[in-house]
Formats: sequence, structure tokens, C-alpha cells
Amino acid sequence: MLQLENLTALRGQCPVVDTVSASIGPGELIGLIGPNGAGKTTLMRAALGLIAHQGDSSLARLDPMARARAAAWLPQAREIAWGLSVAELVALGRLPHGRDHGAQGAEAVAAALARMGLENYRARIATQLSGGEQARVLIARALAQQSPLILADEPIAGLDPAAQIETMEVFRAHADAGGAVLCSLHDLGLAARHCTRVWVMDRGRLVADGPPATVLSRALLADVFHIRAHFEDTAQGAVFQALSTLQR
Amino acid sequence: MSYRAILIWLSLAVAGLFLASLLIGPSGIGPMEGLRALFTGEGAPGLVMRELRLPRALLGVGVGAALGLSGAAMQGFLRNPLAEPGLIGTSAGAALGAVIAIQTGLYAAFALALPFAALAGAGVAVALILALAGREGRALVLILAGIAVSALAGAATALVLNLAPSPYAAAEIVFWLMGSLADRSMTHVVLATPFLILGAVILLATGPGLDALSLGEDAAASMGVSLKRLRLQIVFGSALMVGAATAVAGAVGFVGLVVPHLLRHSLGARPSRLLPASALGGAAMLLAADIATRVIAPERDLKLGVLTAIVGAPFFLAMIRKMGRET
Repeated sequence: MLQLENLTALRGQCPVVDTVSASIGPGELIGLIGPNGAGKTTLMRAALGLIAHQGDSSLARLDPMARARAAAWLPQAREIAWGLSVAELVALGRLPHGRDHGAQGAEAVAAALARMGLENYRARIATQLSGGEQARVLIARALAQQSPLILADEPIAGLDPAAQIETMEVFRAHADAGGAVLCSLHDLGLAARHCTRVWVMDRGRLVADGPPATVLSRALLADVFHIRAHFEDTAQGAVFQALSTLQR
Repeated sequence: MSYRAILIWLSLAVAGLFLASLLIGPSGIGPMEGLRALFTGEGAPGLVMRELRLPRALLGVGVGAALGLSGAAMQGFLRNPLAEPGLIGTSAGAALGAVIAIQTGLYAAFALALPFAALAGAGVAVALILALAGREGRALVLILAGIAVSALAGAATALVLNLAPSPYAAAEIVFWLMGSLADRSMTHVVLATPFLILGAVILLATGPGLDALSLGEDAAASMGVSLKRLRLQIVFGSALMVGAATAVAGAVGFVGLVVPHLLRHSLGARPSRLLPASALGGAAMLLAADIATRVIAPERDLKLGVLTAIVGAPFFLAMIRKMGRET
């Protein structure tokens, strides 16, 4: 669904994303983790072709409309400029499908609203909702786009615990249904529990790529995140808890 | 009210005001007599109807639609309800062109020199904007470039006034700058129409892109909207419309600012829906204002731009006050 080969993005002379090669297949929910400034956002924007880059991304090669049908993008900044109703806002996700105001478009919008538990919000004005509710509305917009791949930049930042878990479950269901999700996040615990795979970025490089249990090793946590953590596979799933910081 | 119902009501309002604009004037022609004269073209009433009132009413529709539509497009593009069509410097550029035509006496020699010079001024302003803001620049750069070009054109206009050869020339320039639809001919209509239509076609096509832009530039780009193309459409479309409107009517403020904002409450906030509605709303408002100039002070030649500013500015203040309370 996405192939990256030696993807590099420069800011001035400095590579913010440095020769990253990786791929995403159907059924995967990939957690993109790494400290602040590691290049997570830039990697996703370069992969989408939204910024200048070197190397190759299978998405960036598509023409903009085809790319929009292949991948939905949830930027970190949750911008809603006008007092659109929730239903109108979610319907914006249908734009890449041209003029389908018919049954299929309405169905996709209704399904996305239902998936995010927003059926009763249809007529509400999006700008008057709380930050967490707005975040859910914007995720519903991405779902309504019905693209196989979703790239999301810190979609759960600022959500309450229940909404964080629900969002991860929505993404997991999208992956289980044959789609795929690449989502950056800082909560390693949620990444460990919900993601099928994690990508770890550090200073522009992709330093680890694999299942959470193998990637989140003591050495990597110390090297990349400068923390010590408890990680255990329990009967109730993976439990990860950061414990203390280490000397840099 | 549904979207369609609002469009129908607005169309009816434009049609009604167009008729009223044809029938109201200082020459004391009765309504039935006027309509008959319009169709037959006979005698003095025929001349008044066909040569004075018809072009005036047609320009009212065209100029109003231009200001409303480009105002709605500019607000949608900049995601700011305080944006107005002249923001990117086209109206200031057009005004400068017109003022130069008056100053040099060109327009006395050749009647269409003034609108042509105004269009040229708008064109130069657009070229400057694009050169300043670059091809890739974001909305903010466009606004700043627009402010710079407007300031430059404004200063040049002031310089021309400063150096005016006689008080008469200065007065003429000042009156022209106030904006009016009085004493325009069918030639003005013919000159402006192609620009207005081309600009309207370009701007009306920006609807889906403006809708997507509600979610921010990055999200819009990811949904297949070419920001570069959208920007050129907005700049050229509004320059064509505002340039042509300013060329034939002078500087008429506040219509492009106020109309989209008025309609946003009843229509919902979707920028694409606001485009056609604001075109109709702008036409209705300009026709009404132009009729008002004739009714309020028939003997004094009240200028259209003065009236729209006198009504528009307090409205603008009320709007700002309301926004201050909401946040």
C-alpha cells in the first residue's frame, strides 16, 4: 500500500528525514514513534508528496486526486475554518470522489459518523464542539474518504483516555478490514497494545521497524527515548509503563 | 430555508430591484411609459431608458455580483470573514489606472480610455502580487503582498492628486474615486461584461477547493486540491471581476465584505454555497444602494461608494464587536 525507498526531506541543508526505506501492507496498524523533532510529521508529509523530497514514495508518484483516493491524511493541526455542521464537514471527505452526492457518498458519511459515535452530532456546528469532539469529527472525515490507507499525525493527542482507546480501536478495525494505518503517537503504551508494528524514528532516521514487543527493547528505549520502562506481555495484552528518565 | 429556496429568493430580489432601478429616476417618466419606451426606444423617454437607465441597472447587477462573488471567494480562500475583494490590490491598482487617465486628459480624448486604464492598472497589480508572493507562497504571503501593492497604488494615487493641474481635475478625480453608476453608457456594459463573465466562471469553479480548504491547507492538498491552481484562480478571477467593476464604477467598498457575511448566517458556512448566493446578494445590495442614491438626494448626485461606506462601516463595526464577544 505504501513503499518508501531512500526517502529524504531536507530543511535547508539538514536532512529532517534521512534515507528512509520501509513499506506498509494491508492489515497493518503502524505506530510511528520517536522523540520530538525526530521527523515523524515530515516523513508522513513527504510520503504523501506534500513537500519536496528525494528518493521515492509510491503515494507521492500518484496524481493528487488518485492519491487522495488511495490515502487520507489527518494533519496534527485540527483546523476548522468555518462554522460547518458536523455532517457537512465529514462529507468533505467525499471530495476526492468527484460529484458523488448519491447513495454511496451519503452511505460513506453515515458509516463514518456511526463509526466515531457522532450520529447525534450531525447538525451540530463543528467549531462549537470541544477539542476532543472536533478531533473525532475530523477522524470521521478521514474515514468518509474511504481510502485504504490512513496517515494520521498524533490523532489521539489531547483526547481523554476512553477516546484515545476508541480511536486506536477504530484504526485497528480499519486495518483488520483490509486497510492500513500509519499513525504517529507519543503514548508508547497505546502503541504497544494496539499497533501491529512500530516504526521508531530518531534524528531523521528510521532506526527500528518491527512488532512492539521486539522493538521496544531496553537498549532502544535508552538510546532513542532516554527512558527506562516496564514492559510485560500479560493475559490482558501488552502493558508498557515508562518509569524514569536516564542521563543523556 | 433550503439552499435552493434562498437562491430563488435572492434571484427574485435582484429581478425586482433591477426593475425598480429601471423605473426610478429624476426625469419623471411613469412606470408604464418607461417600460414601453424601453421596448420601442421612441422619443426622449426611449433615449433615457435605453441610454441611461438600462446600462445603469445592468452595471448595478454586474458590479454588485462581482463584488459579492469575489468577496465570498476571497474570504473562503483566506479563511477569514474580514477579507474583502480589494485585499490583493486590484481595486487600488484599477483606481490608480483610472486616475492617471483622468489626470493626463486621455479620457477626454477617448471615452473608454478610463476603463481601459483601470483594467491595465488592475493587471499590473496582479502581476506585482504574483511576483511578490512567488508561485508557491501561502495565503499569508498573498495578503502581505496585497497590502504592499495597495499601499503603493494608494500612494501613487495621492501623488497624482497632489500634482493635479487644476482644482477641477482634482475634484474630478476625487468624485470618480467615490464610485458611481451615474451616466454610464452601454459601451461600459459591453466593455465590462466579458471580464465579469470570465471572472465569474473562474471563481464559481473554486467551490470544492474552498470547501476543502476549511480544514487547512495541508488537509486540502491531501484531498487532491492543487493549492497553487486554486490560488491562481482566486487571484485572476477576482482581479478580472474587481478590475472590471472598478473600471466602470469606481471604488465601491464594503459590498464584498458585508454580503458574504450576511448570507453566512442563513446559508450555513460552506464556502462553495456562498459563492453563487453572494453574487446574487451583491447584485441586490448594489442595485438597492444605487436606487437609494437617487431617492435620498436626487438633486445632489450622492455617490454610490459614499453610501455603501456610510451604511457598511457601522455594520462592519457591529460585526467586529460580535466577533469580540464570541471569542
